[in-house]
Amino acid sequence: MSDFIRTEHLSFSYDDGEGATPIPALSDVNVTIQKGEYVAVLGHNGSGKSTFAKLLNLILLPTEGKLFIDGTEVGPEGVAVPPELEEDATFAIRKRIGMVFQNPDNQLVATMVEEDVAFGPENLGIPQAEIRVRVDEALAAVGMEAYKETAPHRLSGGQKQRVAVAGVIAMKPDCIVFDESTAMLDPSGRREVVLTMEKLNREEGITILHITHYMEEAAKADRVIVINDGSILLDGTPAEVFQPRGGAAPRGA
Amino acid sequence: MRDVTLGQYFHASSLLHRLDPRIKILSAILLIVGLFSATSLWCYAFLTALVLLLAAISGIPLRMILKSVRPLCFVLVFTSLIAAFMTKGDGDPFFSFLLFSRLRIEMYPEGLIRAALLSLRILLLVIATGLFLTYTTTPTSLTDALERLLHPLTYLKIPVYDFAMMMTIALRFVPTLMEETDRIMCAQKARGADFSSGSLFRRIRALVPIIIPLFVSSFRRAVELATAMECRCYRGGAGRTRLRTMRCRPADWLFLAVAAVCLAAVFVGNAYLPEPSFMRGVL
Repeated sequence: MSDFIRTEHLSFSYDDGEGATPIPALSDVNVTIQKGEYVAVLGHNGSGKSTFAKLLNLILLPTEGKLFIDGTEVGPEGVAVPPELEEDATFAIRKRIGMVFQNPDNQLVATMVEEDVAFGPENLGIPQAEIRVRVDEALAAVGMEAYKETAPHRLSGGQKQRVAVAGVIAMKPDCIVFDESTAMLDPSGRREVVLTMEKLNREEGITILHITHYMEEAAKADRVIVINDGSILLDGTPAEVFQPRGGAAPRGA
Repeated sequence: MRDVTLGQYFHASSLLHRLDPRIKILSAILLIVGLFSATSLWCYAFLTALVLLLAAISGIPLRMILKSVRPLCFVLVFTSLIAAFMTKGDGDPFFSFLLFSRLRIEMYPEGLIRAALLSLRILLLVIATGLFLTYTTTPTSLTDALERLLHPLTYLKIPVYDFAMMMTIALRFVPTLMEETDRIMCAQKARGADFSSGSLFRRIRALVPIIIPLFVSSFRRAVELATAMECRCYRGGAGRTRLRTMRCRPADWLFLAVAAVCLAAVFVGNAYLPEPSFMRGVL
C-alpha cells in the first residue's frame, strides 16, 4: 500500500477579511492515509473536521503546511505546478477525490436521477457510450438502478444521498470523502449510506474517509481519527480509540 | 411529500410524445406563423382542422385541453369586444347610437366576424403550443431541445449552455423550494402567525416572515450547490459531453416536412382561394 493522502504541518484558518483576526480551524496536522483504507474522522462541531475534508478537495487551500495527494503537492498557493497547468491539476485531484456532502438536496443538479449521475462524467468530457456504462454501473453499485428516471425530489433522504454517491462513483475516483453525509438522514437512511460505504471499500477498493459525529458509524471503520480543536487527538483502530483510558497514543496533547 | 408536476406534462406515448422535441418546437413555430398569416377563411378552417387532428393524435383528454383554455376567457372576451366595436364596415351597422351624446357606439357585421376569427386565432394558438410543447414534452427535454436549437448563438458569444444549465437547476429546485416554503409556513403558523385573515395588506405583510427565510436558505443552497458542482469538476460548457444526444429519425424529418407543407398551403390559400363575399374588408 502506498501513501495516498499525506499532510505535513497542515494548518488552515478562516480569514474574515481586513483587520479581523483569522480564526484557526486546523493547526499542524500530520496524518497519512493509505490507499484502500476505510477511515472515520470524528470530532464535535467546530473541531475542524469539515475543514479537513474541504482541504482534501482543494475547495480550500492550506494557509500553512503542505498536503500531498498521491504525490502531488498542494501548498498555500495551490497545486505545485506552473500557473498555466493549475486548473487542470486541480481538476485532476477533484476527479480522484470525490465528495459527498451533508445536505442531499443541495448537491443534486439534474431533474432526473441518471442525468445527475452523468453530470460528473459529462464534465470530464467522457464519450457518450462510456458515460452510459458508467452511469448504469454506478447506479447498480448503490442499488438505485430502479430509480434511473425518477426526479430527485421524489426520493427519500437516504436514496438521494445514494444517488449523490453514484454521481461520485461514476467519475471513478480513488477516494470518496463523506462530509457528514449521514447527519441529515433518518436511521434507515444512515444505514443505507454506511452500508454503501462499506461495500465500496471492500469490493471496489475505494479509499473511504467518513467524517461524522456518530460514534457507532465511526466504529465500523478500520481506523478512527479524532480531531479536537483543529488538531489530531487520537488515531488508531476503533478498539484502541474507544478504549476507556485511551489505548491509542494521544498525539499533540 | 407534495406531488409537484411542473407545467402540465401529460404522460402518454402518442406520436406527439415520441417526436423529437426540437422538431416539436420548430413545428409549433411554423404553425404560429401560419396562424398569424392566415387571412382567408379557408385557411382558418384548414388550421382548425389541423389543430383538431393534432389534439386527436396526442391522446390528451379533451377535458384537460379545455381546462387550459379557461384562463383565456377574459382575454377572449376583451379582444372580441374591442374587435366588434372598433371595426368599421362598408354596409349599414347593426345599430348605432351616441353615448353621452358624444361617443358613437356602432357595430357592423364585419366587426362580429372579425371578433370571431380573432378569438379562434388565439384559441388555436394556445391549444397548438400546448399540444406541441407543454402537454407532450417534459420541461427537461424542452430545455435540452432549446439549448440545442440555440446552439448556433454560441458563435455570437451568447452563453446558451449556461442559460440551459440555469434552467435545469431552476427546474430541479422548484419542488425543493416549494417544500421548504411549506415547512417555513408551518413553522410560522406554529408560532401563531396568521396568513388567512385580515385585510389584503395585512395578509401580504404576513408573508414577509416566509419570504425572508426562504431567500436566506436559497442563497445558502446556491453556495452549497456551487461547491458540490465544482467538486464534480464542473467548469462550464466547454469540453463537456452529454449522456443523451438527440437524434432526428426519418419520422421526425417527415413530420417537419409535413408542417412546412401545411404552412406553404396556408400561404397559397391566402393568395388564390376565392373569398366568400361577406369576408371582404374583414381581415
